[in-house]
Amino acid sequence: MKRFAQLLDALILAPARGAKLRLLVDHFRSAPDPDRGWALAALTDGLDFPAVKPAAIRDLAATRIDPVLFALSYDYVGDLAETVALLWPPTGIAVHAPLHEIVDTLARARRQDAPALLAGWMDRLDSDGRWALLKLVTGGLRVGVSARLAKTALAEHGGVDVSAIEEIWHGLEPPYAALFGWLDGQGPMPPKTGALGFRPMMLAHALDDADRAALSPRDVAVEWKWDGIRVQLACDGTGAVRLHARGGDEIGGAFPEIVTGLEHRVVADGELLVGTGFRPAPFADLQQRLNRKAPSRALIARHPAFLRLYDILFDGEEDLRALPFATRRARLETWFAQRVAGTPADGRIDLSPRLDATTWEDLARLRDGSAAIGAEGLMLKRLDSAYVGGRPKGSWYKWKRDPMHADAVLMYAQRGHGKRSSFYSDFTFGCWREDGELVPVGKAYFGFTDAELARLDRWVRANAVDRFGPVLVVARELVCELAFDGVQRSSRHKSGLALRFPRIARIRWDKPAAEADRIDALEGLVGRDRADPR
Amino acid sequence: MTMRMRPETWIRPTPQGLYVEPGDFFIDPVRPAARAVVTHGHADHARPGNESVLATAGTLAIMRARYGAAAGGTLQAIGYGQSVRIGDVTVGFAPAGHVLGSAQIVLEHGGSRVVVSGDYKRRRDPTCPPFEPQSCDVFVTEATFGLPVFVHPVDADEIARLLGSVHRNPERAHLVGVYALGKCQRVIRLLREAGWDAPIFVHGALAELCAVYEQAGVALGPLRAVAGAEPRDLAGAIVLAPPSALADRWSRRLPEPLAVAASGWMRIRQRARQRGVELPLVISDHADWPELLGTFADVDAPEIWVTHGQEDALVHAAGLQGRRARALRLIGRDEDGGP
Ligand SMILES: [Zn+2]
Ligand SMILES: [Zn+2]
Repeated sequence: MKRFAQLLDALILAPARGAKLRLLVDHFRSAPDPDRGWALAALTDGLDFPAVKPAAIRDLAATRIDPVLFALSYDYVGDLAETVALLWPPTGIAVHAPLHEIVDTLARARRQDAPALLAGWMDRLDSDGRWALLKLVTGGLRVGVSARLAKTALAEHGGVDVSAIEEIWHGLEPPYAALFGWLDGQGPMPPKTGALGFRPMMLAHALDDADRAALSPRDVAVEWKWDGIRVQLACDGTGAVRLHARGGDEIGGAFPEIVTGLEHRVVADGELLVGTGFRPAPFADLQQRLNRKAPSRALIARHPAFLRLYDILFDGEEDLRALPFATRRARLETWFAQRVAGTPADGRIDLSPRLDATTWEDLARLRDGSAAIGAEGLMLKRLDSAYVGGRPKGSWYKWKRDPMHADAVLMYAQRGHGKRSSFYSDFTFGCWREDGELVPVGKAYFGFTDAELARLDRWVRANAVDRFGPVLVVARELVCELAFDGVQRSSRHKSGLALRFPRIARIRWDKPAAEADRIDALEGLVGRDRADPR
Repeated sequence: MTMRMRPETWIRPTPQGLYVEPGDFFIDPVRPAARAVVTHGHADHARPGNESVLATAGTLAIMRARYGAAAGGTLQAIGYGQSVRIGDVTVGFAPAGHVLGSAQIVLEHGGSRVVVSGDYKRRRDPTCPPFEPQSCDVFVTEATFGLPVFVHPVDADEIARLLGSVHRNPERAHLVGVYALGKCQRVIRLLREAGWDAPIFVHGALAELCAVYEQAGVALGPLRAVAGAEPRDLAGAIVLAPPSALADRWSRRLPEPLAVAASGWMRIRQRARQRGVELPLVISDHADWPELLGTFADVDAPEIWVTHGQEDALVHAAGLQGRRARALRLIGRDEDGGP
């Protein structure tokens, strides 16, 4: 437990991705089995202790800590695990139980026994150990490590490609003995995922000017970029069906109308949407379905889901991923004609159409018209591209509609992280309300040159008027042009609105703050977009 | 038999500070006063412009270094264990263990005894004599770390963590954020005790008070100014600077600076994270929660007045000890992160 606590502590304070990666590699290299495997599980959300809930931890704290002092402390610290860890009365010399012992015991524990077990461990841990224990059992470590980063560290530790880890990941179980055996050079590579397992998805790059110059429209297949969520359909040929979301989570249970009636073994890639007659409804409708693990019949009738496929990875036993896109597309169409057309699945699965375009002008016209059919823009997939998990360069591109723009006034600035930690690089912007008040609409990050960043940093320091902790309040004088993907209603912002993915397009040194946009202008944009497919 | 004057009839909080009526003086006044008695040299306690100041020699030296001629009209030095008569009040000074020169003010009037402790801590500090408990009827306490989450670890262990990081990262400069008065010199002394003999680099804002400590007989070893140092000298070095410099453009001159902070606040992880601190050291010049409550027992005061910090929890806990406690809510004290 001590090493695990040290790891979490170091990770939460590590300023940058590189530093976190080093810590993880070092841990996977030197921590003993099976503890390193349990640490990996904790970092990748692979652990769940249904016997422990946050309320139980609060109740447990109440058995040892004065309620007034607990409430004042929790109020001050703001994090339940940290508050309880710091307040738990010390009982003597710390004896760290090994991580695996805690995991094993708790996994078998009944709900009514969990509090006594936790109390016993906490009595013997120091405050760092208690904090790590409480983080572990309540899930959601929030130490700034994504599953992808953990896998990257594994790959670095074993000297293998991260895609090889992804390929076997979904067939692995904590504490990952076979995985570590292989990475240590002590055992064979674990078997790849079975028929129903998740295969790493192939992702697209945002098309930039350089890509456009290098790419001929004749070399790509063109499809709409749908505004649903990306899913992988896997059927094992005996009637079992899985629907995996981007991270590999199984979500088929929430969409029973789709996963019934498919009998041929296949793995296909597509978009999950809701709507009747294959007409996509706004993303908010899909969101209602995603929020329900077990949808009512009424909800299904109101927002029926359908699956729009655009690629095929396995047809029967045959792995098609190394074939060029054009060939896979032909195989997809054949499979659809033979296995779906005329079956009960027919009304719920269709194919994403291929669009005709031979010039960039054609493509631009299509893209500009994409809103009318409920798409976000275009997908451009090289006809010769193999299906490669991750985000390979130079294969697939997404070309979204032009983002929306607004001129907003800089209100608050905060320092960045890592390399930029001495610069103010996180900014909150506001627009004017009817009554003349400036209200925040979102936080934007600066993605431009170091020279511009330095100039902005100087401006912020010279124009600060107040400070709240790490946040500087600046004079309301500087206007920036923000680009964003849409506007949503938000109860968190005073403006009632939040920009989606705002970024600074341009600093308008020339523009007076009074001429920045008004909230009404943003109001008009609400609902003109939907969330990014995940 | 003499009537005992209840303390609240002769000492009371005012917007200008704690006022002692039978002596007509203020303790740590926030605005210039005719007569000031000062506990210690931190800027939220010792302010410039008083007509006369009574304080320890250490505190007066700090005030002179900070304020020059504005340190006060007449400056009267007094030693620990000594007392003077001001009006109808006996005013004594006892060590507070907080920083160089820091004192508790022991007031006697009308048969009762009030101790105004200023800021204090209970553990050893190589730069000043330790806190001496004075039994009293009313103990006036700070509450900077007045929550049970604040328990300061052993400072030598924290220093060992710093040195461990320096050894693991020989190419980086360890930039340690410290308050200019007290924390800076204590961290230097602790480093020396841990065997760190190399020159320690100090930000210009810290140099003058280091000289005051040296003059008071606290040997700090070789110190060097950061200004003018070559980046290669700074790799693997320990650099002390005010906390604000951690985020400042100033830090860009250092090779791969590793942000360290030495403060009691560093006990709270989220707080360290928010401030971009990579290596938090929990080293404080204030009493932690057990020390605060332990001190109430040591001075055995039936009544506790709380001046500044996290008053609510401390008032509650003093009540659980069976003491009458109240918050004075003095204004002008640093509520947060202050010295
Ligand atoms: Zn103070
Ligand atoms: Zn102080």
